[in-house]
Amino acid sequence: MVIAIFVFFVVIVIGLSFYLGNRAKTSSGYYAAGGKIHWGINGIAFAGDYLSAASFLGICGMIATVGYDGFLYSIGYLAGWIVALFVVAEPLKRLGKYTFTDAVDSKYNSRAIKLTAAISTLIVSVCYLIPQMVGAGVLVEPLLGIPHYWGVLIVGAIVITIVATAGMASTTYVQFLKGFLLIIFSTVLVIAVCYRGITTTPTQGGQVPFYKYASLAAQSEGGKVVPSEAGWQVIEQQEVKIANHSFVKLAKDGKESWWMVAEEDGKTTLKETQSAVELADGQKLINGAPASKENQLRQVGTIERIGDSEDVSTGSISPIEFLAVLSDKNTKVRLWKEAKLTDQDHAKVTVYYPQITPGNLIMRPGLKFKVQGTLLERLDFLSLMLALFLGTAALPHILIRYYTVPSPASARKSTIVAIGAIGFFYILTLFMGLGAMINNVINVADNNMSAPLLARSFGDILFAIISAIAFATVLGTVSGLIVAASGAVAHDLLDRYMGLKMDDRQKVRAGKISAFVVGGLAILLGILFKGMNVSFLVGLAFAVAASANLPSIIMLLFWKKTTAKGIAASIVMGIVSSLLLISLSPDLYRQYGLNPALAPVPLTNPGIISIPLSFITLVLVSLMTQKKGNNQVETV
Amino acid sequence: MLHKPAAPSGRDPAAAYKMRLGLWMFLFYSLFYGGFVAINLLAPLLMEKIIFLGLNFATVYGFALIIVALIQALVYDGFCRREEFNLRDQQSNDKEAGK
Repeated sequence: MVIAIFVFFVVIVIGLSFYLGNRAKTSSGYYAAGGKIHWGINGIAFAGDYLSAASFLGICGMIATVGYDGFLYSIGYLAGWIVALFVVAEPLKRLGKYTFTDAVDSKYNSRAIKLTAAISTLIVSVCYLIPQMVGAGVLVEPLLGIPHYWGVLIVGAIVITIVATAGMASTTYVQFLKGFLLIIFSTVLVIAVCYRGITTTPTQGGQVPFYKYASLAAQSEGGKVVPSEAGWQVIEQQEVKIANHSFVKLAKDGKESWWMVAEEDGKTTLKETQSAVELADGQKLINGAPASKENQLRQVGTIERIGDSEDVSTGSISPIEFLAVLSDKNTKVRLWKEAKLTDQDHAKVTVYYPQITPGNLIMRPGLKFKVQGTLLERLDFLSLMLALFLGTAALPHILIRYYTVPSPASARKSTIVAIGAIGFFYILTLFMGLGAMINNVINVADNNMSAPLLARSFGDILFAIISAIAFATVLGTVSGLIVAASGAVAHDLLDRYMGLKMDDRQKVRAGKISAFVVGGLAILLGILFKGMNVSFLVGLAFAVAASANLPSIIMLLFWKKTTAKGIAASIVMGIVSSLLLISLSPDLYRQYGLNPALAPVPLTNPGIISIPLSFITLVLVSLMTQKKGNNQVETV
Repeated sequence: MLHKPAAPSGRDPAAAYKMRLGLWMFLFYSLFYGGFVAINLLAPLLMEKIIFLGLNFATVYGFALIIVALIQALVYDGFCRREEFNLRDQQSNDKEAGK
């Protein structure tokens, strides 16, 4: 079913691309769909472009595991559109031709701006492309049963076909189709979640029997924990400092399992966990038995208590009641965390352990972002919210969509349609994420598939449609990114920076060849970066875009002393400072396999430093270069 | 030679008005968004207070940030269209008077 719907969708988008192919014979047709797209279609296409795998899969997965903190991304991503509408949309449409570089260079004709802005476009687009391609592989692996690299290759090949046949015209309609379907079927999924209601014994619609995790009474002697019940043998005990928990390896009837030590009402208890063990000889064990198709980690996410009752089903409830139940401090949800350790036989062990969390903590910020933590942790939160707010209006693949409509007024109207569609979708993410959190559908080792797995709990048809839409989500966003990146190479660098004298047909051919090259690079990076955190890379792209691109757009529009050198210096400062800060951050240290506490930069999100730095650079360099030419601009 | 837009849209007499209005509306929304961030940083426990219908302050404020964005966008569009219409009307009247 999944394959059939996916193939059906692919046939439609490729057919559409060939049908629209004759619209991409000129450079204006290829890069900007001739500037003839209706604002309503462009608005939904904006949504299709913007709502990437990170939005659909990443945010839902994050809400499913850390509650409201995941919804902060929805709020920040949507708020960014206010900057786009009120500050950027119409002026940018008036200034630009095909690319972000055109807009910032419109009054200067500066080689330095062409080079730096094109490089910035490429860096941001590639940072954004990698997670989409990795996401494509992640989707394909479990759904079609083929290896990760096949997923990346399939998506890459389809997207190159879409872009190379009709450029921005086909990309626009693919994004429109995907944005429309995503919103419609996400609404269906949320209605299904509310119709099912909340239960403390979820069974995925009767498909999976409810599993009750065990607790063992135990005694603690000199720090050593021993089960009170006979028949259990203690193999070893380990304390994991990062998790701040002790885990005990027990054996019974020849089967080994890991248990978490907990204190409840002054009594020591052992809580059942799940474990994935990689033995020294490469063999994998899941929950103490060899891994197989039948023996996988159990899906997780249940509600333990609603009010005072531990065994209750609400039946169908309204969306407001759904949120109200989860916001109640007496509601208890079983969330899952992971701890990594090496056992006494040198096997690598990942323990997934439960954490019973009250509703009032789930439905406010704090589980992921430490808003009550140290000053640095709070600054990190502030930095993230700043980058999300300012990043949207600086993403090159979003900005080029302003050139596909006929007038500045159409640019404004399409942004308003986008705000309505994207805002509505982001409200749905809260319900989809929370729905996954309590319907026992989360893959405990990878939360990215939470929304499709939630759909599967309602039957194969909804699962097939949602999965096909998830594929389409990747297709739509990757198409937009490849158009933006190929525009940066063919139009900004080859045509305008290097001054290659190309006629219109040659410009289109250069764009198509660039799409092949960039698409090929995206495939390669998607395979190489397998396993890299998807949301992390998207956050990186936002931070680089907000630091490198936004200061130049804003100052170009509002400060008449802005000079070409000021803009070029600001872009370079934004790129270098944000990438440097990210590469020295605790998150990257963790990726390098180093101790995150040793990272020289204590912030995970660089925006709070790199964005002001880029603004200051622009002002200082512009002031220093005032007399070197009359290249200052009048504000728009 | 400077690089001009592919499809010049002509001089927009309402551009200055729209820019000014956009800035004010941006400022208002920034304060609203900043308030959300500030409350989270300075008084995070306020966010879990139940406001109405069982919904807490975080949920209500979060939804409000999304809904207000759309309302502001529609209001902005309404004012922009009115100004564009008025100025177009005025220009055509001026042309007729000039004849």
